[in-house]
Amino acid sequence: MDTPLIEFRDVTKRFDEKIVLDRASLAIYENQITTIIGKSGSGKSVLLKHIIGLLSPDEGDILFRGKPVNKMKRSEWDRYRSKISYMFQNNALFDSMSVFENIALPLRQTTDLSKKKIESKVMSRSEQMDLSDALNKYPAELSGGMQKRVALARALVTDPAIVLFDEPTTGQDPIRKNIILSMVAHYRKQFGFTAILISHDIPDVFFISDRILLLWEGKIAFHGTYEELSHLKHPMIDEFLQSIEGLRDELTGLLSKELFRSRYSQTLGGGSADNVITAILFRVHFERLSEALGHQAAIEVVKALGEYVHKYFGPLGGFSARHSREKVFTILPRIGAKEAGLLMLEMAEGLQSNALPEIQASAGRRIGVEACFEISVSAGITEGGPDDDIELLIERAEENQKIIARYQCDKEDGSQ
Amino acid sequence: MESATRNISFRIYFDTLGAGTMKVIDRLGAVAIFFAFAFLKIFRRRQMGEIIQQVFYIGAKSSNIVMLVALFTGMVLGLQLFYTLIKFGSEGVLGSVVALTLIRELGPVLTAIMITARAGSAMTAEIGVLRISEQIDALYTMRIDPLRFLISPRIAASLISFPLLTAFFDLVGIVGGYLTGVLLLGVNGGAYFYRIHSYVDMTDIRGGFIKSFVFAVIVSVTCCYMGYFTHLRTDAYGAKSVSLSTTSAVVASCIMILVSDYVVTSFLM
Repeated sequence: MDTPLIEFRDVTKRFDEKIVLDRASLAIYENQITTIIGKSGSGKSVLLKHIIGLLSPDEGDILFRGKPVNKMKRSEWDRYRSKISYMFQNNALFDSMSVFENIALPLRQTTDLSKKKIESKVMSRSEQMDLSDALNKYPAELSGGMQKRVALARALVTDPAIVLFDEPTTGQDPIRKNIILSMVAHYRKQFGFTAILISHDIPDVFFISDRILLLWEGKIAFHGTYEELSHLKHPMIDEFLQSIEGLRDELTGLLSKELFRSRYSQTLGGGSADNVITAILFRVHFERLSEALGHQAAIEVVKALGEYVHKYFGPLGGFSARHSREKVFTILPRIGAKEAGLLMLEMAEGLQSNALPEIQASAGRRIGVEACFEISVSAGITEGGPDDDIELLIERAEENQKIIARYQCDKEDGSQ
Repeated sequence: MESATRNISFRIYFDTLGAGTMKVIDRLGAVAIFFAFAFLKIFRRRQMGEIIQQVFYIGAKSSNIVMLVALFTGMVLGLQLFYTLIKFGSEGVLGSVVALTLIRELGPVLTAIMITARAGSAMTAEIGVLRISEQIDALYTMRIDPLRFLISPRIAASLISFPLLTAFFDLVGIVGGYLTGVLLLGVNGGAYFYRIHSYVDMTDIRGGFIKSFVFAVIVSVTCCYMGYFTHLRTDAYGAKSVSLSTTSAVVASCIMILVSDYVVTSFLM
C-alpha cells in the first residue's frame, strides 16, 4: 500500500493519571473515508485533535506523508494545517456571529478573496446544507441539527483536502443524517478529499467508509474494511457492534450478526441428520441504485427490503440478518430447497407487484427523494444441513443468484 | 528536640513562601509573554475592523457610566474641598484643586475601575465562554490566530479608549465641581476656571494620560488572560470557572490599578 497520508506511531497521551491513547498506531490513506469507532469517552476526539495539532502526544510520532509533524518547519506546518478542516462535536459556532458570518469567517480571515467571491462561496455551501433561510439568524436561534449543518458548512467552505468530522450526524433526523453522510461520500468522490469521521451511526457510516478503525482502551484494536470487520471474530468488536447494531436491527426485525449466528446454532442444535434448512441470499443491485439516488438512499432501500423479507418469512420461522450493505441473508429452518423455492417465488411476486413500489415510496419519503429509480433484486437459494457453516451457505447462495423482482417507474409520470 | 521542630517549621514556611513566590513570578512571566505577543499582533492585517468594534464596546458603551461617575465625583469634590478650603480662606483655589485631583489621580483611577467593572468583566466572561465552548480551538483549526483575533483588538481598543474616557472624566468632573462649588456654594465662576488655567500644566495632564495607558494595559491584559486560560483553573470547571475567572479578573485588575497608581505616581513626582 502507498505511504499513509497521516500515520500515528505508538502515540501515547495522558491526562493526569488517565491514559487516553496508549501506544496507538494507525494509518490514514489519501482520498479515503476513514471512520473511527469506539465507546464514548474512549479518546476518539482526542485522536482527531492530535491530527490538527490541538493536542500534542506525550510519546510517539504523528507523520504526514512520512514526515513527523513535530519536526516540520513553521511554513510546512502552516501548509499542513491549511489542508485540514475540523468539524467539532459540539459545533463550536460563534454565538455572537450570524450563520453567514460563521461560515464566512475562515474565508474572511485567512484568504484574500473578494467580498463578492466570499459571499458566493458561502451562499453555495448554505444552499447545499439547506441553510439559505437561516443565514441572518444567530446559532442560538437554530435547532441542534441546523447548528450541526452550519458547522459542516463552515468546515467545507475552504475546500479542504482533509476533513475531520467529529460526530457530524449526531442530533440529526434520519433525512438530514442521510444527506450528510451522502454528502461526505459525494464530496469525497467529487473533490477527492480525505475524510476522517467519528460516528456512532453504525452500520450506516460503514457503507460510506473505505476503512474502519476501532479504538479500544487507548489502542487501535482493528483497522480494515467493513467486509474485514464483519468477518472478524474478536470479542471487543462483537461486544461493540452487538451493543450498537443490535437495537438498530431489532427495529427493522433483522437480527444482529451475533444474534443471527447464535440463532443459527440453536436451529441446528442436536446435529440431527434430518435437521434441514434452506438459506436464501437476497441482493439489491446497489451500484445502479446508488448512482441514481446516492449512497444513503440506496442503503434505505436495502433496509426496506430487509423489513419486507422479515415480515414474509418471519411467521414461517425464518430469521434474517443484513449480510453486507446490499445483501440480506435468510435462514428457513425445516424447509427444503424445493419448498423454499416456491415460497421465494411467491414472495418475489408480491415484492414486484406491491413491495417494490412501496419501498420506492417509503425510501423516497425517508430520504426526501421524489425521483424515479430502478430497483432490481436477485436471490440465490441453497439447502444446508447440520454440518454446514454459515459462510459456506452464503458462498453457495451467492453462486446461483438470479433476478427475482424488478421495479422501474416511468420517468414521465412516475408510474410503473 | 525543640530546635529540630523549629527548624522543620522554618523550612516548611520558607518552602511554601518560595513556592508561592515562584508561582507568582511564573504567572507574571506568562502574562508578560501573553501581552508581548498580543501587542505585536495589533499591527497585523485585518485588525482595523475588530479594533473599531472593540472601541465601540469598551469605549463608547462605557462612556455614559464613566461620565455619570465623573459628574458626581466632581460634585462631591466641589463640596468637600469647598468646606475644607473655606477653613483656610482659600476657597478661591477650588477650581485648581478639583482639576488637579481629577487630572492627576481620580480621573485615570476611577475611569479604569469603571471600565474594569463594565468592559473588563465582559472581556473575561466572553473569552472564557469562547474557551470552554471550544470556539478558541475552532479558531485555531481554521488557522485564525486566537491571540490576534480576540486579544490584540481588545488591547488596542483599551489603549485608545482609556485615555479618551479619562479625558472625558476629567472634563465632566471639573463641570461637576463647578456645579457645586460655583452654582451651589457661590465660589466665583471666573476664579474657578482661572485657577484651573493657572495651576494645571502639561506635566499634570501627561502624567494622567501615562497612568491611563498603564491602566489600559493592566486591565485589558489581566481580563483577557484570565478568560483565555479559564480552562486551566483547577478550582472549578465549565460555567463556574468562567464565573470565578471573571471575579478574579475584576478584583486583580482593581488591586493592580491601585498598586500601579502608586508606583507610577512615585516615578512621576
